[in-house]
Amino acid sequence: MDTTKRYERLLERYRNGDLERRTFLGLLGAAGITAGLTGGPFKALRGHALAAKPDEVRFDGWGGVVSEAFREYAFAPYTEATGIEVVDGTFGGADEYLARVQSGQPGEYNLAHLSGVFDYARYHNQGLSSTLNEDNIPNLDNVIPRLVDVFRAITDGNLSAVPYDYGTTGIAYNRKHISDDEIQEKGASILVDPEYKDRIGGWSEWKTRIWYAALQSDQDPNDIQDMEAVWEKVRENRDLLLKYWESGAELMSLLAEEEIYVTEGWSGRIRALQDQGHDIGYYDPPGGLGWQECIFVLKGSPMEACEELLNFMLEPEVAIAVAEGQFYPPALDPQKVELGEVVPTLPAFDPSGTLENLNFFDPTYWNGNEDDWSQTFSRVQRGY
Amino acid sequence: MATADMNESGAKPWLLLSPALTAITLLLAIPICFIVVYSFWLKTASGVPQTGFHLDNWAEVLTDVFYRDILFTTLKIAFLTTVVCILLGYVPAYFIAMTTFRHKAFLLLLLMLPFWISYIIRTMSWINILGGSGAINAVLLWLGIVDEPIRMLYNEPTVIIGLVHYLLPFMVLNIYVSLDGIDRSLVDAARSLGCTGWQAFREVTLPLSLPGLAAGSLLCFVLSAGTYITPLVLGGPTDAMFANLVFEAIITQLNWPLGSALSLVLLVLLGLLVTVYNRFIGMSQIAKTFG
Repeated sequence: MDTTKRYERLLERYRNGDLERRTFLGLLGAAGITAGLTGGPFKALRGHALAAKPDEVRFDGWGGVVSEAFREYAFAPYTEATGIEVVDGTFGGADEYLARVQSGQPGEYNLAHLSGVFDYARYHNQGLSSTLNEDNIPNLDNVIPRLVDVFRAITDGNLSAVPYDYGTTGIAYNRKHISDDEIQEKGASILVDPEYKDRIGGWSEWKTRIWYAALQSDQDPNDIQDMEAVWEKVRENRDLLLKYWESGAELMSLLAEEEIYVTEGWSGRIRALQDQGHDIGYYDPPGGLGWQECIFVLKGSPMEACEELLNFMLEPEVAIAVAEGQFYPPALDPQKVELGEVVPTLPAFDPSGTLENLNFFDPTYWNGNEDDWSQTFSRVQRGY
Repeated sequence: MATADMNESGAKPWLLLSPALTAITLLLAIPICFIVVYSFWLKTASGVPQTGFHLDNWAEVLTDVFYRDILFTTLKIAFLTTVVCILLGYVPAYFIAMTTFRHKAFLLLLLMLPFWISYIIRTMSWINILGGSGAINAVLLWLGIVDEPIRMLYNEPTVIIGLVHYLLPFMVLNIYVSLDGIDRSLVDAARSLGCTGWQAFREVTLPLSLPGLAAGSLLCFVLSAGTYITPLVLGGPTDAMFANLVFEAIITQLNWPLGSALSLVLLVLLGLLVTVYNRFIGMSQIAKTFG
């Protein structure tokens, strides 16, 4: 019996309610040991080249609760089932990771939890994309089509990544100081409201800053006509800020410690704060920013091992467990897959599976302006 | 025979130095050469730098007021940090050097204790001290001195506080080594010739401890000027230092050529400072501290 068959049988029992999640994950591990003892997994790989079977694949992600969820629900059982170690690294952002990949050797980095279509396009333009054999990822059929199609458009119909989850960057606010009514009335403009000077936070990322500045200056972020007005709003926001935050952990700390009352924030991180008992509200303003995350496979990676891992990560049970752990809805189509009780309560969840209400970065537009805008933001951010 | 001995004695130091020289060449000299070469290349949209000899990055770095201002801010913060370290560091160093306490080694161990904790953790600890719900505000609120938390974090003074916290042990150690090496009989002689205690300190102890003070100042200044984490964690929106610009050019903008030119500017400036120090005082003082 090969590894895939073992997964399928266990999943079948799990789906029938014969197994609890913990038991299911434990048995996956046992199946892995059995597979190892009886000849090892990846028969297909062995058929091609046994020597090509890797001992490990490297995965890099965002750290924090997101990585914990991956480790617990995806990597550990995968390693136990296949014998392939998942080396789990973290990065602070896709920029930093890209610099690391560029200075590394091909094949040194394999899978990355990248954010947004923007990064997918950027990595592809840097010659770092691969071509997935979708036949090895049957669970891809369960993914929301809109999330897949935008990737195909960039890589000539092929895929170098599978969509994994999505979320929004909305406005997080402390209900002790800002009411739900006020946030709905002011929307994105609350981030440039002098009333909250030194109580406003902001992510130090040029794209998010410009997106919100475009909303504040009543412009379409994907078709900005008056860039000077946008920079003026970025400056206005900067002068009212307590601090530019650099990571999700810092965002959570600033809100939890009440250093700031309002900031834009990532939906999953805000949900994590709410679950910890903090009275933090979350609001997606009109034109608010949606994004999707994908698991990108870099050029030079052991493709079949990566595809097997991707398929495993897209198993509904695994994807749902990860989603519940990281508080971002999975990329699975709710019209095709039953997502349980928790996922529909997550911020940004779209039960229709169309994601029509979310606005995404237009990769062509934003990539085309990256050099100019990121450099200008660097100056504006520091008082210029 | 004599010539053979001379050859042997001439070769031996080089032989002994060769591992260190090899390491310095491979890990410092060659990478710096790479950075110099990179600084003359140009960033392209594809991310692959355009090779060649281009002065564009240097022209931008040397003429743009943005970089000049941030560099000035960096040097100012490094200078203020050094001054605060001198003011705060001399007294404990003097106390440790002059005390007759039997367990002087214990005092030195206490001084080294902060090094056992990560620099980042030490820096972040200030958030729990100065923050809105930090220790100081909690006490002030409890005592009824203030009605709402005072804002103390995320500005230039907190960056300096974080740097002083990190660098103070370097200063104290350098001054201590210098003070500890002073012949006590010189102070006794000054006192026996009619000096008051303050005069003896001013005329004898202080001048003799200046090399240690200078070595500590050099270390504090150079390490402050090259810092990256502290302004990131404790600084406000506009409190960036020069190293943050290098990080941003290389990591965020993927502009390695510009980042190389920026890092070389800082390297040359701080290198000049070290050269001046070495010319007038000598590096041996720093070696004593860590020897």
